[in-house]
Amino acid sequence: MGRAFNTIAFDASKCDGCGDCMIACAQAKTGTDDVARSRIQIVGRDQAFELALCRQCADPKCVTVCPAGALAKDGASGVIGWDESKCVDCLLCTIGCAYAGIALDEASGHVAKCDTCDGSPACVPACPHGALRYVTTAHIYNEVGDWEDLFAPGLAGCQGCNTELLMRHTLRRVGPDTVLATPPGCVPGMGSVGYNGATGTKVPVFHPLLTNTAAMLAGIKRQYKRVGREITALAIAGDGGASDVGFQSLSGAAERGEQMLFMVVDNEGYMNTGMQRSSCTPYGAWTSTTPVGESQRGKTQDAKNLPLIMVNHRCAYVATASTAFMEDLYAKLDRAIEASKSGFAYVHVYSPCTTGWRFPTQLNIEVARKAVETNFVMLWEYTPDTGLHFTHPVDDPLPVTEYLKAMGRFRHLDEAQIEHIQRKVVENARFVARLAEQGEAGVVA
Amino acid sequence: MEHTRYLIAGSSHAALEAITAIRMHDAEGTITVVTRDAHLPYSPTVLPYVVSGKSAPEQIFLRDDDFFARNRVAYRPNAALVGLDAAANVARLADGTALGFDKLLLATGATPVIPPIPGIDAVDYHVLRTLDDALRLREAAPRARRAVVLGAGLVGMHAAENLVKAGASVTIVEMSERLTSGYFDAIAAGMIERAFTDHGATIRTGSRVVRLERTEAGSRLTLADGSELDADLLLVATGVRPDLAYLAGSGVDHDKGILVDDAMRTSRADVWAAGDCAQARGFFGDDKIMNAILPDAAAQGRIAGMAMAEDPGLRDYAGGVPLNTYHFFGRHAISVGRAAVPEGGEERVRHDPQSGRYVRAVFDGDGRLTGMFGVNEFFDGGVMAQLIVRRMDLSAERERLFANPLAVGRELMSRTWR
Repeated sequence: MGRAFNTIAFDASKCDGCGDCMIACAQAKTGTDDVARSRIQIVGRDQAFELALCRQCADPKCVTVCPAGALAKDGASGVIGWDESKCVDCLLCTIGCAYAGIALDEASGHVAKCDTCDGSPACVPACPHGALRYVTTAHIYNEVGDWEDLFAPGLAGCQGCNTELLMRHTLRRVGPDTVLATPPGCVPGMGSVGYNGATGTKVPVFHPLLTNTAAMLAGIKRQYKRVGREITALAIAGDGGASDVGFQSLSGAAERGEQMLFMVVDNEGYMNTGMQRSSCTPYGAWTSTTPVGESQRGKTQDAKNLPLIMVNHRCAYVATASTAFMEDLYAKLDRAIEASKSGFAYVHVYSPCTTGWRFPTQLNIEVARKAVETNFVMLWEYTPDTGLHFTHPVDDPLPVTEYLKAMGRFRHLDEAQIEHIQRKVVENARFVARLAEQGEAGVVA
Repeated sequence: MEHTRYLIAGSSHAALEAITAIRMHDAEGTITVVTRDAHLPYSPTVLPYVVSGKSAPEQIFLRDDDFFARNRVAYRPNAALVGLDAAANVARLADGTALGFDKLLLATGATPVIPPIPGIDAVDYHVLRTLDDALRLREAAPRARRAVVLGAGLVGMHAAENLVKAGASVTIVEMSERLTSGYFDAIAAGMIERAFTDHGATIRTGSRVVRLERTEAGSRLTLADGSELDADLLLVATGVRPDLAYLAGSGVDHDKGILVDDAMRTSRADVWAAGDCAQARGFFGDDKIMNAILPDAAAQGRIAGMAMAEDPGLRDYAGGVPLNTYHFFGRHAISVGRAAVPEGGEERVRHDPQSGRYVRAVFDGDGRLTGMFGVNEFFDGGVMAQLIVRRMDLSAERERLFANPLAVGRELMSRTWR
C-alpha cells in the first residue's frame, strides 16, 4: 500500500512576495542571505506570486533521467534525496523536472533542491502571512491505513463526496467492537446497510427510522452492558435525521447521558432524497424546496446551530469538525470515543455536498477549508469541565463571499442577502467567542 | 523452452522505465531482462565520469539485485539478444538459450560507429560505450602523453577534457566544420572550442583521417590535408548507431533504427522498441528520427512499458525533442529544442563575451518557443521543454522570457501547469 508523506503547501492568495521564506532557506542551506541560492523560489510580478519548489513527486522524472543514480526517493519520508558523492553535475535532472524543483546553485556548482530540512522546513515558520504550511496530516493516513477497513470496498457515494473518507476513518478508529446505527440519509445510501442480504460493514449495523436513532442505539448499548460486553455505540446520521425529525430522540438520549458516540454528517439538507432543505440549511441557499425564482431567492430562515444546542445538554463531549482539518478531527474523535464510555459524545462534522451545493467534484476539501477560513464554520470543542474553546481559531477571517462564491447554491444572492449572511457569521462568531471566554475563565455558560 | 510474459532486451534507462511502467499496471506477469552487459544496469552517459575518476565504478549502478527481486524480474547479464523469430515469439540469446515471450521490448541501445579508415584494423584504439570500455580508458589515460580523439560529439569532448586534465597533449579531429554539431549552435560551439584551446587542446574541425598506421608508441594518423598526427592513445568517438543484426529475418521494420509508432510499437504486433535503438516521430515534424538522448529513452521506455501492459493511462508519444546538457571546464551548456529558425520565425541572441554568458531563444511564426540555448546562463530545461511541447503561444511574453528565461519560465510554469 502506498504511503502518504508530509508536504509543504503554498497558498498563492496569501503571498505578498516579501521573500522571507527565501532568506530563511538560503540561511539554513547556504549560511548566506543570497536568495538566488534558496531552494524555494517565489516568482512573479505585480500582485501575483508563484512558487518554484520541489514537489517530491511520487513518480519523479529527475530520478529517472539521472545517469549517476544520485537522486532517489526515500520510501519513509517521501523526500527525493541528492547524493553529492554520486552526482556528476551533468544537470540532466534540471531538464527532467517540469516544475523547476531542482536547479543549479551557481555558487556551489551543484544542483540543489528542497529536502524539507529533515521534516522541519525553515521556510514555513519564516512566512509572516501563513502562505506556507507544512502539512503533516500524512501520518494519520499512514496509521489509519494500517488498521482494518471496516466498510465494504466500493461505496456508492457521489463523486467527490467526503463522506466515504469520514465513514472509513471513523469506523477504523472506533474499531471492530462497535455497533453502528445509520438512519436514512446519505450514509446508508452509500452502502452502510448493504445489498442483497449482506451488510456494507464488517461490524453489526442497523437502519433505524429517522425519528428513533438515538433511542434504539441507547437500548442496544444498554443490552450489551447488561450481558457484560464492552462495545462502542456509534451513530452516523445526517443533519436532517439529527436536527429535524430525529431531534427529540437525540435530545432525550443526550439528556439521559446515554453512553454513545453520535456523529452528525452535516451537508445542510436532505441531499440523498433530492436536496430538500433542513433546519441546518443556511440562509439564502438554494435547495429543491427553497427554490430561486421570481418570488423566492433561496432559504429565508437562518440555520439552526445544532452543536450549540447539544452544548446546552451538558453532554460529556461536544465538538465541531471538518475534513479539511483531519488532525483536528482525529484529536476530537479520540476524545469523543473516550467520553462515550461514560456519557453522551457528540461530533458535528461539516460535509460539503458536491451534488447539492453545486461545486466541482475536486473542490470538496477546499470548500470545507473556505468555510472555516471565513468563520462560516467554527471549529471548537466542549466538555462540562473545561467549557468551550476554539481548536482552530481564525483571527482574521476572509470575507464570507470567498466561501459563498465557491459554489452554485449561493450564485443568485443579492447584496442584501450577502450582507445578511456576513452579519450572521459575525454574530455567530461573537456568540461562540463569548461562550469560549467564559469557558476559559472557568465560568461555564 | 523457457517462457516469459514480458521480455526486455537491454538494461539501461528505457528498459528500467519499462519495468516500472509494467509493474504499475501488472503486478504478476513474469518479466525477464536480458542484456549484453556483464553488470547491473548503468547509464552510458555516466561513463566519461568513470574515466575522469569523478564516479566510482561501483557507485554508478542505477538498480541493485534487490530491485529486481522486489519487482520479481529475472535479470540475465551476458545474454545479448542475437536472433528473433517474431512469428513464433521466440528470442535467441548469446548464452545459447532460447526464450519464448508474449511481448518483447527491444531496448538494446547503440554501439560505437567505427569509421572505415584504411588501416584502422591494424591499430589499437579505445571506444567509450560500456563500463568495460570506460575502465580500460581510465586505466590508459594517465599514461597518455599524446592523445587523439576522433569525433567531437559529447562523448568525445567529455573524454578529451578528461585526457587534458590527465596531462596529455590532446588533439580533437572532427570531420564537420564545427564541434558538438547537432547539440549546440555556432556561438556556443565557439565558446566550447575556446575553453578547450585555452586548456591546451588542439581542435581540428573540417578534418578527415585518411590513413592509420601502427607505430611503436601507438598509431600515426594522416589527415586529408597531408598532415600527420602521432598518438599513444586513440579514442574513436565518431558517434553511435544501433546494432540491429539480431533483427535479420524477423520482419521487424527498421531504417537507421527500429521504426516505431507513437506507442513505441514496431511493425510486429508483439514487439516494441525504445531508447537509442528506436526511430520514433520527432516533435518538429512527422519524420521518424534518431533522438539518442537519455530523457527521451526514459520517456519512450515508459510508454512502451505502459503499452505492453495495456495500461489505459497510456498517452501518445509527444515526439522527440532534442535535450542536452554539457559541462566543460567548469562551465555548462544547456540546449533544449531545435536550433534552426523555422520559416517565418525569429531568433533572439544575447552574448556577453566578458562574462561568457550566452542565450539564444528561437520562436516560430506563431510566437511559440521552439528552442532555448544557453552557455553559463542557467535556466530550467524541463520548463523550457514543456513550453515547447505544449506549443504555448508566447507572443506576449517573448521579450520577457528572452530577457530572463529563469524567472519568467518559472512564472509561466506556475501559472500554466502548477
